[in-house]
Amino acid sequence: MSIWSWSYTFEVFPIIFDALWITLAATITAYVLAMVLGLVLAILRRSAFKPLTWIVIGLSEFIRATPPLVQLFFVFYVLPFYGISLSPFVAGTLALGVHYSTYCAEIYRSGIDSVPRGQWEAATSLNFSSTQKWRKIILPQAIPPIIPMLGNYLISMFKDTPILSAITVVETLQAAKIAGSASFRYLEPFTIVGVLFLLLSYPSALLIKKLEVKLNRRSLGKKDKKLKEKGVAA
Amino acid sequence: MLAVRTEEFIGKNAVETANPLVAYKKVSKAFGEVKVIRDLDFNVSPGEKVAIIGPSGSGKTTLIRLLMTLEEPTSGVIEINGEPLWHKEVKGKLVKADEKHLHKMRGQIGMVFQQFNLFPHMTVLRNCTEAPVNVLGMSRKEAEERAKAMLAKVGLENKLDSYPAQLSGGQQQRVAIARALVMRPKVMLFDEPTSALDPELVGEVLDVIREIAEEGEMAMILVTHEMEFAKDVADRIVFTDGGKIVEQGDPKEIFENPKSERLQSFLKRMRS
Amino acid sequence: MINTYIEMVPALLNGAKITIEVLVLSLIFTYIIAFIAGLGKLSKFRAIRVVCTIYIEIFRGTSLLVQLFWIYFVLPFFGIEFSALTAGVIAMSLCYGAYASEVVRGAILSIPKGQTEAAIALNMTPFQRMMKIIIPQAFKIMLPGFGNLSIELMKGTSLVSLITLGDLTYQSLTLRNTNVAHTTEIFVALLVIYFIIALPLIVLARWLERRASLGRV
Repeated sequence: MSIWSWSYTFEVFPIIFDALWITLAATITAYVLAMVLGLVLAILRRSAFKPLTWIVIGLSEFIRATPPLVQLFFVFYVLPFYGISLSPFVAGTLALGVHYSTYCAEIYRSGIDSVPRGQWEAATSLNFSSTQKWRKIILPQAIPPIIPMLGNYLISMFKDTPILSAITVVETLQAAKIAGSASFRYLEPFTIVGVLFLLLSYPSALLIKKLEVKLNRRSLGKKDKKLKEKGVAA
Repeated sequence: MLAVRTEEFIGKNAVETANPLVAYKKVSKAFGEVKVIRDLDFNVSPGEKVAIIGPSGSGKTTLIRLLMTLEEPTSGVIEINGEPLWHKEVKGKLVKADEKHLHKMRGQIGMVFQQFNLFPHMTVLRNCTEAPVNVLGMSRKEAEERAKAMLAKVGLENKLDSYPAQLSGGQQQRVAIARALVMRPKVMLFDEPTSALDPELVGEVLDVIREIAEEGEMAMILVTHEMEFAKDVADRIVFTDGGKIVEQGDPKEIFENPKSERLQSFLKRMRS
Repeated sequence: MINTYIEMVPALLNGAKITIEVLVLSLIFTYIIAFIAGLGKLSKFRAIRVVCTIYIEIFRGTSLLVQLFWIYFVLPFFGIEFSALTAGVIAMSLCYGAYASEVVRGAILSIPKGQTEAAIALNMTPFQRMMKIIIPQAFKIMLPGFGNLSIELMKGTSLVSLITLGDLTYQSLTLRNTNVAHTTEIFVALLVIYFIIALPLIVLARWLERRASLGRV
């Protein structure tokens, strides 16, 4: 195909590939923030102090219902008026991390809800403190089953980082756009970006699917064992 | 009564084995490595009621699923009225039939499932009219009349507008029977129709099947664990084990004078 | 301050019109594509399955903004030129259609095998089995997933501002350029308007979820 220029491809590839590190750094920073803040939201939501629960629910719903791109602009353009000036990278990862923390909170919640009531009661009966209860009893049981779902959000966030280009973060897409506008050739740069995203996200998705099957099998294994034990008892 | 039926059976058999309604010829079926049916020969005459008994895993359900075209035989030929079910003759050779041929052949067969398999999104009446309207091309009015008659026969004429989830298991299975009857098959297959039912609901379903059997014209192949019922309703009992027919014959003979050791031990286990 | 908001109204109304236009058109095409690709991936013909799988994995594996840029900036290279609105709707529909097709496929696969078998026993054709028996039951299972995807799609519409389509986000950015002092008011208003557009979708999605978890009758 003559329309595709290989020499131009080799020329722009290193530039775009270098920017991939920014994409990955943004993904991981935002993800860590989402995981931690998500857990905080999930725990606050169970607070006995009802107004706090309502505030958390309302805020989460609002954040989840509005576009991350607009939240990005909000953090980047509005916060400086209140003395908080952030670099594009920090503003971008903050917005993305906060947005996804509301999703992570839902996942944590499903994990926490699936821990049987008896576990809470047993922990109370052994006189664990509230922090100990969470750290030693509840979370170790709540988190392993939700790891695949949390992994899926990692991939989603990775695919959402190109919106950071809107506030001039030079991640992969922005690097391609700059290269493209300099040469008036967008075919190769944007295709390279697409291929890079596919090459990273598709295998990761397969990996997570595998992990999911494995975890399912483990929990099924447990059930089998239970049935066997019952059989022995009968 | 029984004597007359037996005579009928003998007479029919003598005339009609030459022209069986259903004929399995050296049929085998394997799932991967596991052979479920082995070189099986088996005939059913028009109007004949055959009960298939045997231990679980003996291939009896697979036997009728092959006839309903739910499973494809690994080898061998099944014929309905002398016409191959799974195959078509092209230039003197049998080749695998297409969906069109299967569609034509299926019109002669009906089936009642262990798990009822009613359509949960349709009312009882709709369950019984959907196929007549769409498959047989009947007008809705005609289909409804026919369906109502069949539902009356199974004692559910007052449940026309209920949804399956609102019915008991026994009622659901009776709807499933009516749904199959509306299509007027030449042979009706019953796959352990009472196995999924609570014990107190088994009777109502067996009564309905018995009534249909006594009407006569339609052939029936009944896979069942209800020995008394099989003895009562069937013209012939077939005992399968290990994918083969081990013994078959008159119900009285089979139950009172089993010849093979395997049938003897099976009956002993069923009685205990 | 109230004056500031009143001055913003015409531009934001214009933007809202475009946003809703993109939203509605994309929703329609998304679910059409979802059924085509979802059913295609279950086809008995290998070639159709392969084509659908490739489409789904490419559009789920790359990012919406990259797809949008590719369709808007790269396709003209091949002589295919779209208006920003058309490019936006195409990119959104193809991207969310890929996700929604997995909802369609999952729901169809979740219908018990006995339903197909009963339909075969009643001699329905493969087409009748799908249209009369499987899809009506699967559709109810798809709805909660569709509800949530619709919210995601609504949020995704804001990306069309980056290919200069004058939607809500684009209008707000323009407003801000001329009224930098009112940045806060503009973006607060923008977030609230998006929330108001999302509200009916959220209520619908939650209702569908609750109905699904109560079990189907």
